[in-house]
Amino acid sequence: MTYKHEELGLTREQVLEMYRYMLLARRLDERMWILNRAGKIPFVISCQGQEAAQVGAAFAFDRNLDWMCPYYRDLGIVLVFGQTATDIMYSAFAKPGDPNSGGRQMPGHYGGKRFHIVTGSSPVATQVPHAVGFALAGKLRGEKSVAFTSLGEGSTNQGDFHEACNFAGVHKLPVIFYCENNKYAISIPEAKQLACENVADRAIAYGFPGVVVDGNDVLEVYRVFKEAVARARAGEGPTLIEAKTYRLVPHSSDDDDRSYRSREEVETAKKRDPIILFSAYLRETGILTDELDREIQDAIMKEVNEATEAAEKAPFAEPETALLHVYKEE
Amino acid sequence: MAIKSYIEAVTEALAEEMEADPRVFVLGEDVGVRGGVFRATAGLIERFGEDRVMDTPLAESAIVGVAIGAAMAGMRPVAEIQFADFIMPAFNQIVSEAARIRYRSNNDWDCPLVIRAPYGGGVHGALYHSQSVEALFHHVPGLKIVAPSTPYEVKGLLKAAIRDEDPVLFFEHKRCYRLIKGDVPEGDYTLPIGKANVKREGTDITVFTYGLMVHYCLEAADIVAKEGISAHIVDLVTLKPLDKDAILEGTARTGKVLIVHEDNKVGGIGAEVSAMIAEEALFELDAPIARLCGPEIPAMPYMPPLEKFYMLNPNKIADAMRKLAEF
Repeated sequence: MTYKHEELGLTREQVLEMYRYMLLARRLDERMWILNRAGKIPFVISCQGQEAAQVGAAFAFDRNLDWMCPYYRDLGIVLVFGQTATDIMYSAFAKPGDPNSGGRQMPGHYGGKRFHIVTGSSPVATQVPHAVGFALAGKLRGEKSVAFTSLGEGSTNQGDFHEACNFAGVHKLPVIFYCENNKYAISIPEAKQLACENVADRAIAYGFPGVVVDGNDVLEVYRVFKEAVARARAGEGPTLIEAKTYRLVPHSSDDDDRSYRSREEVETAKKRDPIILFSAYLRETGILTDELDREIQDAIMKEVNEATEAAEKAPFAEPETALLHVYKEE
Repeated sequence: MAIKSYIEAVTEALAEEMEADPRVFVLGEDVGVRGGVFRATAGLIERFGEDRVMDTPLAESAIVGVAIGAAMAGMRPVAEIQFADFIMPAFNQIVSEAARIRYRSNNDWDCPLVIRAPYGGGVHGALYHSQSVEALFHHVPGLKIVAPSTPYEVKGLLKAAIRDEDPVLFFEHKRCYRLIKGDVPEGDYTLPIGKANVKREGTDITVFTYGLMVHYCLEAADIVAKEGISAHIVDLVTLKPLDKDAILEGTARTGKVLIVHEDNKVGGIGAEVSAMIAEEALFELDAPIARLCGPEIPAMPYMPPLEKFYMLNPNKIADAMRKLAEF
């Protein structure tokens, strides 16, 4: 029989790489919570539960050509696009080595020209028109690049989301809008965010396809993204993709999700943890064995430990550097 | 040198920059086929095509937000907001995004974006086609704000704004568009952002102003000159960063300062100019700083007598000049 990854043209090495990225994202995320609870870092915002949605999407792009405008949970995306465990830990500890902002922004505000990741802010959905701007610039220059942007389901209510989708639809720009629907905007459930069934249903109003995908299935996410990227590169315009996911932990280190959702609900969601599902798939195909899994897990823990130590030890920047880079310095 | 109108200087600057640099493109509502409701972009679509003179959906936040993305991607977008009054939906994109991109990325990203917006009143535009919005952005580090008064400055500064590595708000006074004409050199030149201009030398009082009010102040200076009052008129030209040297020097020149702007007085540009003088040139003053500004109402009403009540004019300014000179 043919396995799904084979049908998609993915090699054994590639699917293992996907698995490694998902695990690395999870372990980094878990480490940051521990550091936060130990009082060592002030803030954490999580990707837990959304690793498949992120890694599957990121694998469909050309890392040297395409442009990412991710949102604050997209740890999996930025790892695939080249940020290392050390980069993430520098950001967590707000040290100058943080490639996103040199420690100026809270963790999760990704960026870095060399990674093709566009700098982001905290007000949600502001990055969506920026992605359209990258798509427009690519089109004006006759390049084949595709722009990607993501956001949560709550953020798809912002004017910027609708304005940007409409703009891209009218001008048929090579951009992919990605909603990682994790069911909650902090405490407000999906049902109080959307009057329609799916975020993807909104795409019809902008004149391009809307696709719903199981965000716990990394290979299925990869499949729909491959199609959308191909459409964009062929000049056929945008796609709106909605991954159905679940956020397994509170919104951030400052949130207590027990006030708005039951433990039963969270436990049920954990049964469909994307890492467990993918691990089971990889075992079923014979790609992953207990021994290989241990090797991978150990290597990742070593990476996370070393990154934590390096970032914790690194000095802060001189306070007066706060004055730099308001405008281009002559 | 040719005599050109203020708006012709806008068009000429855009055309020359687009000709010289393929990264430059304009986008906005009505900028293409229509050539702008004021005709500022007239003829550009015929020369540069609809990709580089881009009619966009009517959505200000997207116009600015998409331009920000394109700027970060290495283009040089010039976004038009049809009236400055309509810039509010794009406020978050300008303030939270464009202004902070360099700072928040620790100098990794930049945002070389120009936003053009016609502002100001006296054109029967009522509340929502007459506002001066410069003070709303003046508070924001990371932005530059230019509000020129003459065609010569319009061309030189718009070109400088397009070549600038940071976001520039370029406010064009809509009453100046066809009213104000002047010499504009042919071909390429730029003027430095951040420099004020002395528009008239004088010895009794110093007036700081900008935009349409520069012309009204010059007329007022002619009126009071007949009465023996000599007014020194400084056009601020750039509102952010303010030209501190020119402000302190202008203050020291006469010791009597009048600040004139069409925008409301409270929290206006004049408040910052006053504070700058109070902090650094108090002992140069021979009289309290005077401000003549729009009244504390949202904007000018449509009814002609009410609009006239709001707007400053050379006579109102001449009165303020006399009062200060007599102090």
